[in-house]
Amino acid sequence: MKTDTLTPVLTDNWDAERSWTLASYEGRGGYGAMRTALGPDFGGPDAIVQAVKDSGLRGRGGAGFPTGMKWGFIPQDNPKPKYLVVNADESEPGTCKDIPLMMASPHTLLEGVIISSFAIRANHAFIYVRGEVLHVIRRLQRAVQEAYLAGHLGKDIHGSGYDLDVVVHAGAGAYICGEETALLEGLEGRRGQPRLRPPFPAVAGLYASPTVINNVESIASVPSIIGNGAEWFASMGTEKSKGFGIFSLSGHVVRPGQYEAPLGITLRQLIDLAGGIREGHELKFWTPGGSSTPLLTTEHLDVPLDFEGVGAAGSMLGTRALQIFDETTCVVRAVLRWTEFYKHESCGKCTPCREGTWWLVQTLARLEKGEGQESDLDMLLDQCENIMGRSFCALADGATSPISSSIKYFRDEYLAHLTHGGCPFDPTASTAFAQTGASA
Amino acid sequence: MTTTPAKIDTVTLTIDGVEVSVPKDTLVIRAAEQVGVQIPRFCDHPLLAPVGACRQCLVDIPDAGNGKPIPKPQASCTITVAEGMVVSTQATSPVADKAQQGIMEFLLVNHPLDCPVCDKGGECPLQNQAMSNGRGETRFDGVKRTFPKPINISPQVLLDRERCIVCQRCTRFADEIAGDPFIALVERGAQQQIGIADGAPFLSYFSGNTIQICPVGALTSAEYRFRSRPFDLVSTPSVAEHDSCGAAIRVDHRRGKVMRRLAGNDPEVNEEWISDKDRFAFQYSRQDDRLTHPMVREDGELRPASWPEAFAVAARGLHAAGSAAVLTGGRVTAEDAYAYAKFARVSLGTHDIDFRARPHTAEEADFLASRVALSMDVTYDDLERASVVVLAGLEPEDEAATIFLRLRKASKGSTKVVALAPFTTRGLGKMKGRLVPTAPGEEAEALRALAEDATTALDSGGVILVGERLAQHHGALTAAVELARTTGARLAWVPRRAGDRGAVEAGCLPTLLPGGRPVGDASARVDAATAWGIDHLPDAPGRDGNAIIAALADGSLGGVVVGGVDPDDTADPAATRAALEAASFVVSLEQRETDVTRLADVVLPIAPVTDKAGTFVTWEGRPRPFDAVFSNPGSLPDLRVLAGIADELAALGQGSSLGFRTVPEVRAEMEAMGPWDGVRPEPVLGKEPRKPRAKAGALVLAGWKQLLDQGSMQDGDPHLAATRRPAVALVSPTTLAGLDGAVDVVLTGDRGSVTVPVEAAADMVDGVVWLPTHSVGRGVLADLASPGSTVTVKGAGK
Repeated sequence: MKTDTLTPVLTDNWDAERSWTLASYEGRGGYGAMRTALGPDFGGPDAIVQAVKDSGLRGRGGAGFPTGMKWGFIPQDNPKPKYLVVNADESEPGTCKDIPLMMASPHTLLEGVIISSFAIRANHAFIYVRGEVLHVIRRLQRAVQEAYLAGHLGKDIHGSGYDLDVVVHAGAGAYICGEETALLEGLEGRRGQPRLRPPFPAVAGLYASPTVINNVESIASVPSIIGNGAEWFASMGTEKSKGFGIFSLSGHVVRPGQYEAPLGITLRQLIDLAGGIREGHELKFWTPGGSSTPLLTTEHLDVPLDFEGVGAAGSMLGTRALQIFDETTCVVRAVLRWTEFYKHESCGKCTPCREGTWWLVQTLARLEKGEGQESDLDMLLDQCENIMGRSFCALADGATSPISSSIKYFRDEYLAHLTHGGCPFDPTASTAFAQTGASA
Repeated sequence: MTTTPAKIDTVTLTIDGVEVSVPKDTLVIRAAEQVGVQIPRFCDHPLLAPVGACRQCLVDIPDAGNGKPIPKPQASCTITVAEGMVVSTQATSPVADKAQQGIMEFLLVNHPLDCPVCDKGGECPLQNQAMSNGRGETRFDGVKRTFPKPINISPQVLLDRERCIVCQRCTRFADEIAGDPFIALVERGAQQQIGIADGAPFLSYFSGNTIQICPVGALTSAEYRFRSRPFDLVSTPSVAEHDSCGAAIRVDHRRGKVMRRLAGNDPEVNEEWISDKDRFAFQYSRQDDRLTHPMVREDGELRPASWPEAFAVAARGLHAAGSAAVLTGGRVTAEDAYAYAKFARVSLGTHDIDFRARPHTAEEADFLASRVALSMDVTYDDLERASVVVLAGLEPEDEAATIFLRLRKASKGSTKVVALAPFTTRGLGKMKGRLVPTAPGEEAEALRALAEDATTALDSGGVILVGERLAQHHGALTAAVELARTTGARLAWVPRRAGDRGAVEAGCLPTLLPGGRPVGDASARVDAATAWGIDHLPDAPGRDGNAIIAALADGSLGGVVVGGVDPDDTADPAATRAALEAASFVVSLEQRETDVTRLADVVLPIAPVTDKAGTFVTWEGRPRPFDAVFSNPGSLPDLRVLAGIADELAALGQGSSLGFRTVPEVRAEMEAMGPWDGVRPEPVLGKEPRKPRAKAGALVLAGWKQLLDQGSMQDGDPHLAATRRPAVALVSPTTLAGLDGAVDVVLTGDRGSVTVPVEAAADMVDGVVWLPTHSVGRGVLADLASPGSTVTVKGAGK
């Protein structure tokens, strides 16, 4: 097995004894980047912003917006306080990188929070964590407490004159709160629904003040950039997608898990690292970045997994949540489950998402049962077209991706449901507990 | 003060191939209206902040003004115009058209097809726009979301959740305009719905507006629900008769019966909003006690009479009474008020006339004659532009709802609201207002202090609004005038009733003739006498309302003509009743049976506002003419009745004919007479009246009438009555602490006792108890205490 393609940075200490403790983290040099960044020799906040810009770090939450540029949008002449908000509301089906990161090494994130807050001149940072992951919330809270006790947080951090308070806020169980403006609403104690933009959060975000909102992995990558230099970071990855990222493989692979590798790695390499597709089976389809990204097939095994490569293949890199499905999986069934998720999580604010997901589920459910007719596929595509790009936020766009991409690649399988009078697949065959070769 | 409109920067863009210039920051949906393109919309409302929720108004923008297209269709209700922008709406863009059709199809996925039984059917934006911008046949044949129907979100407002398209117009109105965010979105996805908190119904004085702006039939009123179909209704524009705000309304009626009332759209006055009182309180004219025919007293009993007989009996009685006075309430139209004013002078030969059916003083009469008549110093727009608005003796949310909404809007900008009141009311809180704690009786002093108050910083950009209640406190109106003079702030008087200001203009005061002519000015008297073709008018000013009551009681006045006065509103209800009993002859002009009609010798039924044309003059001085809704030949306006009596009196050799019989004739005569252009009288502040001595430990009584209370013009709609705020006595926390945990208190004053629940108002001035004046029993003046007096407070139930 080739492991030299991996670049463990964020995941490097995950196997350490009690890796989530401050002692363990500092024992491996943790908080060194923070001391460097806050120290007199580094050059202050602007130098940090510059370093992050130079590194080419792009947002790891899915959209890939250059992080340094986002920080540069904060108007420094605004008299209001500035805020850093970390989006740790990881809820996308298939996505499992931020939560393992915070579980295994919350201090990596915290160190990033301190450096990033210092860079944007914020004295208050919030980590908005998905409410369901109680264990992670506790580890984060404990890490924050440890950091305060160690003087990494609070007043005049290590004599730098810089003050920072960090609040860990637990969400209340809504996927929509991963949308940054809905997250801000939730953080302010309101109903989690996306806000009208403009004004953009950089100008009027949390409490109508300039706010930077970044994904956990983006912020957690900052200490390594400060510690090793922007050039080090930029030396990894591809031309426009620099650095490394956590690739989360789930589904029908032998060793599912988080694989940290340079952007631009291919699924073929990753499946190889994960021990291959489960024995006796072969890849059928996969999502490059969670269920919101159009699914891909075996013909895309060698697509470089960077923002440009996946985009060119007709999908999106997203959160690098690679859900792997082998030939036992019914694509209609998988798509219906995802669509049910989007229906359940639609916040209700805008019509296409609220009503469209309601309708999509009913149409898909009938198709799965072998009811309906071929023209329903065109109607489904038309519904998707009427939702895509018409909704208030991007959530609804994500809801249409699995449907339109699955019809694109697996139209015959949909039709097979109609001719078969139901799902032609054995639903147990795709489960983890299915015996090889067994069938009901 | 003149205001130069600020120079408006415009932006030129192209919509559907038509170039149009609109003010900067205009929304595309609004700009499209300028080229005659109506983009379908639901959540968009011109008076609410954009939200972009329904997505119905999607348009294609091939050029955002920077030469680049916006790739996705944009919600035209949230995107502002840009120079050089190119917009293609559904009229020219297949993309926009398909996007809109798609959204419409989605909206109908979960919308029931119950249009035939839905109140909104026939006037429904969803129905209409589904026709204009949707497909005829739905492709959805699945299961629709349903809810148990309907639910009450207040006693008046009902919600059919399955019809709701969650556009949030109602919640945004409640939050942004009324400041009563008691309704909110709950649940999510297709289950998302409008909801209230447990035990906290949507009790807003403005709740009815949400029904009107609901673009589907989700919100209905208990009063109108299932009563009629929109296409069976005839709509007549009118003016609300419940306060001095002059709100434009639309009266919808069917076969001679008012079915509902809606807010009219008048950007200069009420914008598109009215209070629930203006909307729902119209059943009063259809109550069982409505007078339908004239009556005369014979052998001690009232019996039906013909109009000619009633006129003749009334004239004979007044003639025989020797001297007679006129009491008009504040409810009559300006034309009717003019008729009363002329009737008093020409037919009865007296200045004994007063419209003030409430505690009043000579100071107030002077103030009205010198400062209010003919004035139009302050308008609604001025409120919005004012730097600071001082409220004295006025609680706008209760007493002038349209002013409240405008001040609340103003307070979101740079206008500061300052109130002289005993505590911070909910209304003041909603206007982000500042309280100058003022106990009743301390108003004059507080107003004088305001001149030097740097926090208030009252200057020529400011406005002082004085309510009619200020008249109860000696020197307060004088102090307000002085404050306006020293600071340069403008001053306006805000009475409670729709006819009050018109009555001032029409001369229903002992010191004032029509058009602001002072009785005390010989040339003004000559002017009026000439206009009316009579020899002369009495030199001396007449008796005011209090003096008329006293004179009737002691027999120095014999007869009285009473138009729409409730004795319980007067300063001394018992004395008023006694005076009416003592009077040798009482003529009552009324719509419904009252204590006055029961005592009257002749009862003349007069037309409600729906049956006559007229004019209400707003607190600003703005005339608000309206036409009759119904043509009802048997329903005569006051002026016609007075003309009939005048003719009979003239036949007896007293006075002369009034010279008019119809509203247009009165309007022409008022027009011809015109305003007084001579010297205006100077107000004289008399001696302070003796106050009854306060008992030890007694509290000063404060209070006003709440918007919704026991007023007889709110009769007939139990649902509206159920939305009244509860009658509660408010005291300071210190006073409450002294009541040993009592939940009820007995208030005892010089006229009796009332028992009411008690609560503390956090910043209530110590030594003051506040009680709404017409929410329990027969009202505070009848049941509890004389104006400006004190009451003792004793804890009752625990």
